Amino acid sequence: MTPPDIAIIGGGNAALCAAITAAEAGARVLILETAPKPYRGGNSRHTRNFRCMHHGPLGPLVDSYTEEEYLADLMKVTGGKTDEGLARLAIRTSEECLPWMQEHGVRFQPSLSGTLSLARTNAFFLGGGKSLVNAYYRTAEALGVQVEYEAAVTHLELDDDHVTRIDYTQNGKTHSITPKSVVVASGGFQADTDWLARAWGPAAKNFLIRGTPYNRGIVLADLLDQGIEQVGDPTQCHAVAIDGRAPKFDGGIVTRLDCVPFSIVVNKDAQRFYDEGEDVWPKRYAIWGRLVAAQPDQVGYVIIDAKSLELFMPSVFPPIKADTLEELAEKMGLPAEALVQTVTEFNNACGDTSGFHPTELDGVSTTGLTPPKTNWARPITEPPFYGYSLRTGVTFTYLGLKVDERAQCSIGNRPVANLWAAGETMAGSILGQGYLAGFGMTIGTVFGRIAGKEAAAHANAN
Amino acid sequence: MQMQTDLLQEARRQAEICNACRYCEGYCSVFPALHAERAFSEGDLTQLANLCHNCRGCYYACQYTASHEFELNLPQALANVRQDSWEELAFPRAAGKAFQKNGVLIAVATVIGFALLFWAMRALASAGGEGFYAVLSHNAMVAIFLPAFLFPLVSIAVSLRRYWHHVDAAPFRPAHLVAALRQAANMKNLKGGHGDGCNFEDEDRFTHARRAVHQAVMYGFLLCFAATSVATVMHYGFGMHAPYGIFSLPKLLGLSGGVLLVVGCFEMIRLKLRSDRALGAAGAFGGEVAFIGLLGFVGLSGLALYALGQTALLPAALAIHLGAVLAFFLLTPFTKMAHGFYRLAALTADAGRRS
Ligand SMILES: Cc1cc2nc3c(=O)[nH]c(=O)nc-3n(C[C@H](O)[C@H](O)[C@H](O)COP(=O)(O)OP(=O)(O)OC[C@H]3O[C@@H](n4cnc5c(N)ncnc54)[C@H](O)[C@@H]3O)c2cc1C
Ligand code: SF4
Ligand code: SF4
Repeated sequence: MTPPDIAIIGGGNAALCAAITAAEAGARVLILETAPKPYRGGNSRHTRNFRCMHHGPLGPLVDSYTEEEYLADLMKVTGGKTDEGLARLAIRTSEECLPWMQEHGVRFQPSLSGTLSLARTNAFFLGGGKSLVNAYYRTAEALGVQVEYEAAVTHLELDDDHVTRIDYTQNGKTHSITPKSVVVASGGFQADTDWLARAWGPAAKNFLIRGTPYNRGIVLADLLDQGIEQVGDPTQCHAVAIDGRAPKFDGGIVTRLDCVPFSIVVNKDAQRFYDEGEDVWPKRYAIWGRLVAAQPDQVGYVIIDAKSLELFMPSVFPPIKADTLEELAEKMGLPAEALVQTVTEFNNACGDTSGFHPTELDGVSTTGLTPPKTNWARPITEPPFYGYSLRTGVTFTYLGLKVDERAQCSIGNRPVANLWAAGETMAGSILGQGYLAGFGMTIGTVFGRIAGKEAAAHANAN
Repeated sequence: MQMQTDLLQEARRQAEICNACRYCEGYCSVFPALHAERAFSEGDLTQLANLCHNCRGCYYACQYTASHEFELNLPQALANVRQDSWEELAFPRAAGKAFQKNGVLIAVATVIGFALLFWAMRALASAGGEGFYAVLSHNAMVAIFLPAFLFPLVSIAVSLRRYWHHVDAAPFRPAHLVAALRQAANMKNLKGGHGDGCNFEDEDRFTHARRAVHQAVMYGFLLCFAATSVATVMHYGFGMHAPYGIFSLPKLLGLSGGVLLVVGCFEMIRLKLRSDRALGAAGAFGGEVAFIGLLGFVGLSGLALYALGQTALLPAALAIHLGAVLAFFLLTPFTKMAHGFYRLAALTADAGRRS
C-alpha cells in the first residue's frame, strides 16, 4: 500500500464528507474505521435528516428557511450558548450541501409520516442514515479512497505543532502510519460509560446509549491529554427519555416514546416529578432525558389509559397492559397503593377536558396540583391501562476539540499545522448546550467538507 | 386457509419495528401501507407481502440487520409470507404446495408435457394439413390446449377471489385496477423510490438490471402471447391458416417476443445466482429458477421451431415446444408465474386503500 497523504479517523458522515472532498482534490486518502463493515458509520447510520437553510424550495424542502430564522431556532434551544460565527458558517453552507449530497449519492424523500412539522426545515434521507453512509462509501471507494475496517486508532504522536504519527490496531496487530494530514472524525465519548460516570457520577451507569458502541472517545482523550484545545464540559450531552427496555447500545430511533404528553410520568416511588404537558413533544423530547436521570435509579414510568393509546406513533416495544391500576403497578414493579393515590390525586385535579386537542397546546390543565400538568390533562380512568418504563438515552456528548472556521485544531494558542476535526467530536465548538434536530448532520457535512479541503491543500502543498 | 403462524409472527415482529422507524417510507408501496396500521392481521401481512417485490433496498438501508438483536430482514420475512400465501391460496391447494418450491417437480411436469405431445402426435396423427398441422391437426391442438388454457384461468380467478377476501380489500373498482396496471406496466416500484433501481446483485449498489431484465421477460412473454392470440383470430376470424410468412403479424410478434423472453430469462437466472439468497424466501430458490428456466425454454423452443420448421426435425421440435407450453400453462397458478396476478391484485387493493 502506498502511504496515504491523509488519514481520516472515523467512518461516519463527517469522515466520509472529508474523505470524498480530499480525494476529489487529488489526495490519497485512508479511512480508519474502528467498527467492522456491517457496523460502519457510527451514529450517522442512525440518523434520518439534516437541517438545511434554503431560499425557495430545494430538493424535498418546501418554502424558505432563512439564515436568521435558522440561527434564531438554534439560539432558542441552546439558550444563547452558541458560537455565532461558526453557527452562521454551518447554517450558510448547509444550502450548498444538499445538492452536494445528491451529487455524491444521497437520496432524499418527503418528510416521514408523523414528522410533517419538519417538512420545511429538515431534508430526510431515503432509507435513513445507513443508506447515506452506504452511498458515501460507494462514492469514496470509486474515488480511490482506501477503507480499513476494525482499525482502531489508539494514539496520535505530536511533535510541537505537528501530528507525526498515527498508531492503530487491527486484527490484534499494531500499525503506525505517517500521513501528511490528519482529520479526526471519531465522534463523542458517550459509549464509554466509565467516562460518563466520572462526569455524571454512578447514575450514568444506568444510561442507555442510543447509537454506536464504538464512539468511546479514545482519540479525543488522547488528544486532550496532550494539550489539544478542548471545548465544552463532559456533563453536557444530548439525552432523551427512551423505552427502558431498549438495548444498552444501538437501539436507535425505534426506542423513542412519544406518549409523555398524554400520560402521567412517575418515578419508582410512583410520584410525579414534572409537568408532562409543558409543551408539544418535539420541543420537550430532549429535556426528559435529564429529568429521568435525576430520579432514583434513573428510571421513570409512563402511565396512560385506553383513550390515549392511539394518539402517538407506535414504538418498538408494546406497552405493558393491565385491567386495573393495581395490576399495572404490580407488572411494572411500582408500589400499587402509591400509584393509585397519585393517579387519583391527578384525576381529581383534572377539570373540563372538552377542549382536548392532541396536536396543539390545548390548555386542558390540572388545578391545584404540584407539579401541574398544563396541557392535555385528562383523567386516567379508562381501562385497560398501559405503561412504559423510561430511561435516559444518550445521543452524543459535547465535550470535544475546539476548532476554528477552517476546522483546524489548536494547541496553546497556535493551530496544529496538520490536524483538523469534524462532526460530533468538535460539535461543542458550536453548541454549548441543547440541540436542534438535524443540526448534527449539518455540522458533520459542513465541517467534514471543510476539513477535507484544508487537509488536502496541506498535503498537496507539502 | 392456514398460513404458517411462525412466518406471520416473524413478519409481524419486523413490521412493528419498521412502523416505529419509518426510515424506508419512500422506497416502495409497502411502507405507506404498513404505516397506515398499528396492528397487523394475517390479511394485512399477506397484502404487505404481495406489495413487496424483493428489491432489497430496505435491507441494505436498515440499521437493525443481524447481528443487531432486532435482526431485521424485511425482504426475507415478506418473501416467506408471500410464498406461503401463494401456496395456501392456490386452487387446488395441493398443487400450489407441490410445485411452488419444487424445481425438480416442475422439470418432471415439463418432461411429462413433452411425452404427452409425442404420444398425441402418434395417436392423433394428422389427416393432412400444412406445416405444424401436418404433424398435429388443428383440432387436436385445440382439444389439448383449450382446457390447458382455461384451467389456469379458472384456478387463478378462484385464488384471486380468495386473496381479495383474505386481505379484506375494499370493494373492487376498475379505476383502481387501471392505477395498478399503470404501475405494473413501467414497474414503478422496481425503480426504487429514487429511480436508481434496486439492490439485487451487488449488495447496496443500486442498479436497473433487475427492472430491465424483468421488463424483457414480461414484454417478451406478452408479445409471444399476442402472437398466439393474433394467430387464433386470423385462423377463426379470417380463415387465414398457419403457416404464416416471416413478415406476418404472428411471426413478427412471436420472433421478437421469443428473443426478449429467452434473453430475459437467461439474464434473470444470472442475476438470481448473484443475489444473496438469504434475502429471499427460504427454500424457494430452486422452484423459482426452474420456473424461469421453463419460461425461457418455452421461448427458446419456439424460436427453434421457426428455425427447424422446414426440416425433418419439425415434429420433434413441435412436440418439445408444445409440451413446454402445456406444462407452462398448467403450472401457471402453482409457480412463480402466479406472482404477476397476486401483485396486480395487491396493487389494486392498495389503490383502493389509498382512495
Ligand atoms: C438514534 C440517533 C438518531 C439521530 N438522528 C439524527 C438526525 O436525524 N439528524 C441529525 O442531524 N443528527 C442525528 N443524530 C446525531 C448524529 O448521529 C450525529 O450528529 C452525527 O452522526 C455525527 O457524525 P460523525 O461523523 O461526527 O460521528 P459518527 O457518525 O458517530 O462517526 C464516528 C466514527 O468514528 C469511529 N471511531 C470512533 N472511535 C474510533 C477510533 N478510535 N478509531 C477509528 N475509528 C473510530 C466510529 O466507529 C464511527 O464510524 C442522531 C443520533 C442518534 C444516536
Ligand atoms: S427496514 Fe429497517 S430502516 Fe427500514 S423502516 Fe424497517 S426498521 Fe427502519
Ligand atoms: S424489499 Fe423493496 S419492495 Fe420489499 S419492502 Fe423492502 S424496499 Fe419494499
